[in-house]
Amino acid sequence: MISLVDAQGYAKIIMTVVLVIILYGYILHLYRSEKKGERDYEKYGKIALDDDITSVPIEKNPNLPQKKEGEK
Amino acid sequence: MQSNAALEYDYTVAKLFTYTTILFGILGMTVGVLIAAQLAFPELNYLLGEYGTFSRLRPIHTDTVIFGFMISGIWATYYYLSQRVLKVSMAESKFLMFIGKLHFWLYFVGALAAVISLLLGFSSSKEYAEFEWPIDIVIVLVWVLWGVSMFGLIGIRREKSLYISMWYFVATFLGVAMLYLFNNMAIPTYFASGGIGSIMNSVSVYSGTNDALVQWWYGHNAVAFVFTVPIIAMIYYFLPKESGQAIYSYKLSLLSFWGLMFVYLWAGSHHLIYSTVPDWMQTMGSIFSIILILPSWGSAINLLLTMKGEWNQLTENPIIKLLVLASTFYMLSTIEGPIQSIKSVNAIAHFTDWIPGHVHDGVLGWVGFMTFAGLLHMAPRMFKREIYSKKLIELQFWLQTTGIVLYFTSMWIAGITQGMMWRAVDEYGNLMYSFIDTVAALHPYWVIRTLAGVFFLVGVFIFAYNMIKTMTSSKELAQEPKNQSPMAA
Repeated sequence: MISLVDAQGYAKIIMTVVLVIILYGYILHLYRSEKKGERDYEKYGKIALDDDITSVPIEKNPNLPQKKEGEK
Repeated sequence: MQSNAALEYDYTVAKLFTYTTILFGILGMTVGVLIAAQLAFPELNYLLGEYGTFSRLRPIHTDTVIFGFMISGIWATYYYLSQRVLKVSMAESKFLMFIGKLHFWLYFVGALAAVISLLLGFSSSKEYAEFEWPIDIVIVLVWVLWGVSMFGLIGIRREKSLYISMWYFVATFLGVAMLYLFNNMAIPTYFASGGIGSIMNSVSVYSGTNDALVQWWYGHNAVAFVFTVPIIAMIYYFLPKESGQAIYSYKLSLLSFWGLMFVYLWAGSHHLIYSTVPDWMQTMGSIFSIILILPSWGSAINLLLTMKGEWNQLTENPIIKLLVLASTFYMLSTIEGPIQSIKSVNAIAHFTDWIPGHVHDGVLGWVGFMTFAGLLHMAPRMFKREIYSKKLIELQFWLQTTGIVLYFTSMWIAGITQGMMWRAVDEYGNLMYSFIDTVAALHPYWVIRTLAGVFFLVGVFIFAYNMIKTMTSSKELAQEPKNQSPMAA
């Protein structure tokens, strides 16, 4: 019968493979969605550059209370 | 809620953490230089009775620079940049402002109590987790307050998308919370035994090999989630902002983030190679450490490419110099660590001076330079004055760079010499050297290390002087600088 230590080892390897697949799936998702024109990830880099309190957000937070959004 | 005309970012809490970064930096690194000198000249152990011995001062050095200097630096930069990338001011919420101030003051009182408890000899004897249980409870409360503060600010943000720095700060919060809670689970013996012994004493709930495994899962990930993740958060903001260049590839920053999260948590067992933990776990620790090069270099190369076409700034702006060198030391440190985790290399490197050599090219070059650069960038915006002296930053940079190079080169030579001497055998298989032979051989390198520490510490004092003069007597600025930080010659 398989020992507990070996079972832990096999479980870790299986989990690693699954996580690798998820990670590569995420990379594919990033590049595909940009290629299809669904999303432009590079625009988020501007958040650090244009960061005054009066700057227009790259994407406005839709959950903000109306009063606050109106202030902008 | 204030009217938009008067609305400004509120740096009250960022300023408080800036002061403690400087204070704990000086304290922790002064003790570091003293204990480096004690290793070279052992008679220095007896200057202050029991309070001045290496064994008392070593955890004070490590814990003051980690939980004092670095954590303060992380929170100073967090309270500064989180408002800016979320486009919301702390002044907009009285509750968050109260939590932020409470966060700072509880941290400050807890940090002082921690230093005093270590000086008095209270220690759980787990590396980087030496604090006894009452201090641990204060640390957990401080951490929860940071969580309330961070998620509260995220909740009222104007910018929908969380900038990559925020991802790293959130990961720091979650990672350290999980690691700290699990590794510090302990039973206070006074209460468990019905009133016997010291009220401060506790024993870990884990025992033997399990305790070692949990300890190094924590210990290595303290490096991950205190020395690495939040420092990447800083550089992803400060390098683009100071240089005026957006990150070279935002997508690469995202996948480096997930790569780092995925790999880092599994690398801790490389601290236990050739010990009693299962062999497969040691091997996986080595493998994951090697794979860790990819996300680490992914971020570092992304940051260096951010400077593409703008390398002239390296000669013109000393803050850019600090940032680029920080990124370069990150690359050096993250290739050196995986090399040390290879089993055959580890056979020589383990327990030798090469290990603190590796740690220090990371923490001095990467964490130290990044923290100094971040605070220097923030100073003109927080205090509305130009930086007091560009020449002093240049002087600090060159002194500290020399110090770092002296530190890691002396420790490379010392460590490999030590490792080779320990395992050298004669033709009959007898060990060729006794332990004291190695001590005599390494003495010159320990003197060089002390000198390296002095170089770096002098740089810290110059930095502190430059910051204090900037806060108090530098030329006032009419408006906030956009990118490059203004500084007097």
